[in-house]
Amino acid sequence: MQPATKAFNTAASRALADVRLQQAHEVVYNGFHHARLSAAADTDDWEAQRTLGKAIKDHTIANLDYYLEMLADNVEKNGGKVHFASDADDANAYVRNIAAQNDVKTVIKSKSMVSEEMGLNHVLEADNIEVVETDLGEYIIQLAGEAPYHIIAPAIHKTKEQVADLLAEESNTQRRDTAEELTRQAREMLREVFQRADMSITGANFAVAETGSIVLVTNEGNGRMATSMPRIHVAAMGMEKLIPSVADLSAMLRILIRSATGQRISCYVTMVNGPRAQDEEDGPEEFHLVIMNNGRDRLLQDESLREALNCIRCGACMNSCPVYRKVGGHSYGWVYPGPIGSIVSPVLTGLKDGSKLPAASSLCGACHEACPVKINIPRMLLELRAQTAQGQPDPAQRASGLGERMTWKAWRQGMMSRKRFEAGSAIGKLITAPMKRDGWLKNAPGPISGWTESRDFPAPAKKSFGQQFSERAKSNNRKFR
Amino acid sequence: MYIENTSETPHRVNLFVTCLVDQFMPNVGMSVVNILEARGIEVHFPSDQTCCGQPAFNSGFRDDARPVASRFLDIFEATEGPIVCPSGSCVAMVRNFYPDLFRGYPDELARAERLSKRIYEFSEFIVDVLGIEDLNIRKDLDATYHRCCHLLRELHVDEQPSSLLSNVAGLELKPMERSEVCCGFGGAFSVKMSDVSTAMLNEKLDNVQATGASTLIAGDTGCIMHMQGGLRRRGSDIQVVHIAEMLDPTSNLSRAS
Repeated sequence: MQPATKAFNTAASRALADVRLQQAHEVVYNGFHHARLSAAADTDDWEAQRTLGKAIKDHTIANLDYYLEMLADNVEKNGGKVHFASDADDANAYVRNIAAQNDVKTVIKSKSMVSEEMGLNHVLEADNIEVVETDLGEYIIQLAGEAPYHIIAPAIHKTKEQVADLLAEESNTQRRDTAEELTRQAREMLREVFQRADMSITGANFAVAETGSIVLVTNEGNGRMATSMPRIHVAAMGMEKLIPSVADLSAMLRILIRSATGQRISCYVTMVNGPRAQDEEDGPEEFHLVIMNNGRDRLLQDESLREALNCIRCGACMNSCPVYRKVGGHSYGWVYPGPIGSIVSPVLTGLKDGSKLPAASSLCGACHEACPVKINIPRMLLELRAQTAQGQPDPAQRASGLGERMTWKAWRQGMMSRKRFEAGSAIGKLITAPMKRDGWLKNAPGPISGWTESRDFPAPAKKSFGQQFSERAKSNNRKFR
Repeated sequence: MYIENTSETPHRVNLFVTCLVDQFMPNVGMSVVNILEARGIEVHFPSDQTCCGQPAFNSGFRDDARPVASRFLDIFEATEGPIVCPSGSCVAMVRNFYPDLFRGYPDELARAERLSKRIYEFSEFIVDVLGIEDLNIRKDLDATYHRCCHLLRELHVDEQPSSLLSNVAGLELKPMERSEVCCGFGGAFSVKMSDVSTAMLNEKLDNVQATGASTLIAGDTGCIMHMQGGLRRRGSDIQVVHIAEMLDPTSNLSRAS
């Protein structure tokens, strides 16, 4: 997918002005966020489970090469093939090649964020292959020609009426009204494609290194059908999505599902252990696992950002985020929106162009509090702000303007001496004196003008605390003399 | 967990008043002084102090923040005993973010770690160090409380201000929907992404006004300036006060007419 992270501000303004979108965003908070809170409250030792989840991911990422080799060995032992893709083009070329070799006409997909990174649907369609998403939300946005709005609820921004229009147009049938009818309609449309598909492409919520399995968590059952019906199954995953053992899987599923939807367990948890064995009745003839880097090594190499690879893509950070709830998923301009996306997207697609994303945070910490593996997202947003403000360590990534840099130099000068600090304040008082009304400004000058577009700004106090305190000490001394 | 010595009540504290209180809301600092002095605690104000470095750090300009933070260490290292600060955000800067700011500077890093064990947010100091939950004061007011982000989620200071406020005689506390959600301030964020910040503020102010309270209490000056500025622009006469002003026995707060 082509990144559009640079356009954050304009996209955000558009979303803010869209009343219908603003209503849709409330669902994210009132629905998912509250569901997670009650699931956590109903779970014994929830905090200990988060700590365990963090420990499992810390350990895996610290030994990533070891576990990736273990995973690849075990997938091959199970009869599958493994491809390590350095980037999206590499991964796309591998999948195209499988499709071409097997004369594939129709591909069904189960939800995969990595395939969104790859832009895989368009690549295959360019080869005249029919590609159909089977996760209902993904199917809806595919029909609408849009990118996912949210990582677990891709069509959360669409109304029932919009969905009805999309399905009616695609099926060339009469428009249905109720949610039940629409679901049945989508099911009929998809069932037909399932039956004739030659190949399926899925993601992987987890890959288990010790067994060479991939794990899919779904509520619709489409993941299980996609991995058992077509002749060829290709799973695509980011290189960080593995865990060492089945015991770890049980710990991770517990926190993933509760954090994503508030369920104790999803309707389906599917474990795929490679292609159909000789004594088995169903399953694909071929199984391929594509393990993609696509810039993740930059997160791995940077110790201050490595924790971002612990993400299990539950969406809890975006559900809790007051900024996401205003600007929505499309404003972030790439595959991963919200707080974790504001780290991953710029690092994977270009820090300088993506510098608005880490800036789009009030650092309120709601994401850190919500994260099931305790990723300290605000800390990393600050790291990225430093890397883009100062161009350190890479001067090419500097995104700050000269004016901004000079402002902070001047600020620093002012803060390095109490005299200059007071002098700066005196200048501030002088400038604002003619503008203030009962101590407040309606139109502040310079860098603060953005504030007074919508809020009054306080004029500096007549006497600073420092002055008041020292005057008080003097008068107390006189009193007691 | 940051308490050095609870067996002995300190007789003297050092006040880090913060640059915003110093220049914009000096009354907040005076209230802290009044409350502490009323308990027989001498307040020392290191008069050279300016800022902890947070504004530049949050904007990514660490090379500009570092000398200012280093100067902060110099000034408060020259003092002894607890450092009290009426801002969750500035305490979080010292406690949680100095380790990032001084990464690669082992000398300052060690100094910052030592100093972080001496600094307390105001309500945290009153409850956890002085062991006081009831300041024995009376305010005949109705109010609602906004839980500032850094106090709540960086310092995990939530029960302390709640219990101090719930023990104020005559103070009717009205619960607020989403009291834990950010007001949209975020420092430079409020200026750089003004429209997003304003949308967050509007949600907050709707929830504040829905309580019907005449007074809004919060624990951080930046958030107070933001919410008060927004309420004024709305033409609302809700007064916004710092928790120290609410707990100050000498403050003259009354129901807005």
